[in-house]
Amino acid sequence: MTGEVLMGFYTFVLACVAGFQLINKVPPTLHTPLMSGANAISGITILGALVVAGGTGGLAAHVIGMLAVLFATVNVVGGFMVTERMLKMFGSKK
Amino acid sequence: MLAIATLKLNELLAHFGYILSILMFMFGIMMMGRVKTAKNGNRLAALAMLLAVVAQLVQMGKINPLWIVIGLVIGGLIGAVASIKVQMTQMPEMVALFNGSGGLASALVAIAAYAYGGIPPQPLNRALIGGASGDVNGLAVMLSILIGCVTFTGSIIAFLKLSEKMSGKPILLPGRHALNILLAVLVSVFTALGVWVLGGGAGLALLVLVALIALALGVTLVIPIGGGDMPVVISLLNSYSGLAAAMAGFALNSQVLIVSGSLVGAAGLILTQIMCKAMNRSLANVMFGGFGAEQTSGGGKSEYKNVKSADPETAAMLMADAQTMVVVPGYGMAVAQAQHAIRELAKILEAKGCNVRYAIHPVAGRMPGHMNVLLAEANVPYEQLFEMDQINDDFKNTDVVLVIGANDTVNPAAKTDKTSPLYGMPVLNVEEAKAVFTIKRSLGSGFAGVKNELFECPNNYMVYGDARKVVEEIIKALKEG
Repeated sequence: MTGEVLMGFYTFVLACVAGFQLINKVPPTLHTPLMSGANAISGITILGALVVAGGTGGLAAHVIGMLAVLFATVNVVGGFMVTERMLKMFGSKK
Repeated sequence: MLAIATLKLNELLAHFGYILSILMFMFGIMMMGRVKTAKNGNRLAALAMLLAVVAQLVQMGKINPLWIVIGLVIGGLIGAVASIKVQMTQMPEMVALFNGSGGLASALVAIAAYAYGGIPPQPLNRALIGGASGDVNGLAVMLSILIGCVTFTGSIIAFLKLSEKMSGKPILLPGRHALNILLAVLVSVFTALGVWVLGGGAGLALLVLVALIALALGVTLVIPIGGGDMPVVISLLNSYSGLAAAMAGFALNSQVLIVSGSLVGAAGLILTQIMCKAMNRSLANVMFGGFGAEQTSGGGKSEYKNVKSADPETAAMLMADAQTMVVVPGYGMAVAQAQHAIRELAKILEAKGCNVRYAIHPVAGRMPGHMNVLLAEANVPYEQLFEMDQINDDFKNTDVVLVIGANDTVNPAAKTDKTSPLYGMPVLNVEEAKAVFTIKRSLGSGFAGVKNELFECPNNYMVYGDARKVVEEIIKALKEG
């Protein structure tokens, strides 16, 4: 295996462990917002979509890339905004 | 390996941006786990996303922005409008839709990376290796497409079930296990073949096959799962969409994708596990059990005997004298939007010196914390919400329990009846209270399709009607009385 893929595996494993630790003790109140926020972060695939949409693959690649950007953006923008809305309600209590 | 000395300035800047955004994602998620910091955590994560996008654009340098802008604008508009318009009660299905959208995006990225990455045909070991920039990792491409497509259709089905555009009951296809196994085998074979062939027309055909089978698999895996189990499914699909992004990261050699994707993958998995634990079932059982569907008898209304009912005025009378009351909300409260009315009722009773608390079953509603979100919307103080373990021993000292729109989570059969499909699931011990009022539209069965023995308990009174209207009538009776 080349270094890059191997490094990718190291990163993958470490990030998984970090994820388990970060999310270990969360009060149930925050489960829904957390799920929604994490879901928004999974829209990070937008970076890949940008590469494809702005790349040099020709018209078909542009179109596929544009669609990927579109769907990923729905995920990102919608996800963060919905989470914000949910969390706002926790803040409004007196 | 990247040799820093060979990087151009813009690439170097981009990598610093990525590292910073990864840190921000991590701290953001950490902060989202605490009530006080949750809001800032979410904003930090959103900022991290923006930074990552900018860094990506910086790294790409001079590009044709047309297609990117079109995608960003349309996608941003759809996401923004959807998130502003959605009702709080419909949050779970909205999250399912967003999730499916992200899964589809990952699959599209992988397809494009494969089709236009300029990869020559190569043998298996070479394909697994990936290589210098421009090449893509064959296995990662196939997995990204596979997971992304399953996430997409699975989420759509979850959305349809939750929004009740499709029956929430488990839909069991004949020979579904055989069908799923067949599809899984097919998809594995084609994935392996795709990795082997990688490149050229044959590879593309295999990739399309994998995508199609994965789309079908998403449907066949989720469709037999009952609506009551949808929280678990959404959480799992959320985990999948993270994995799909991580795989896309492998395909494109993007560390920031790998890190963020696996963070989300781990998050979804943890949540899924918490939920399964709460139901005392294994994940395998949720996925392949066809929960509640095997049971054909024992459901119907006709089998209930000795059910007592009460009108809202009677309930009001008993509540007026109660020292302690516990409210047990369920999905019915969400449907009827009764949370504000409940808060008002609680205020009136508190003014009379009654101690009002709320018992939240871990799987109440359609996703974890669903009830907490709704009650918070109605300004119910956080301190009044109790988890099942904290309050379950207290029911025997409680004067009045108000069950509002909950069903399977308060069914004593889960503790006593070994033949019940619910058997073994921890439930709230509401029947131990002095009096229980269950607000329900009818004696129909809950999401699991199981008869509720609570309704036959001598201390339980059914109050029939729409949850919000009934609570409002109780309030009216209290004010007049």
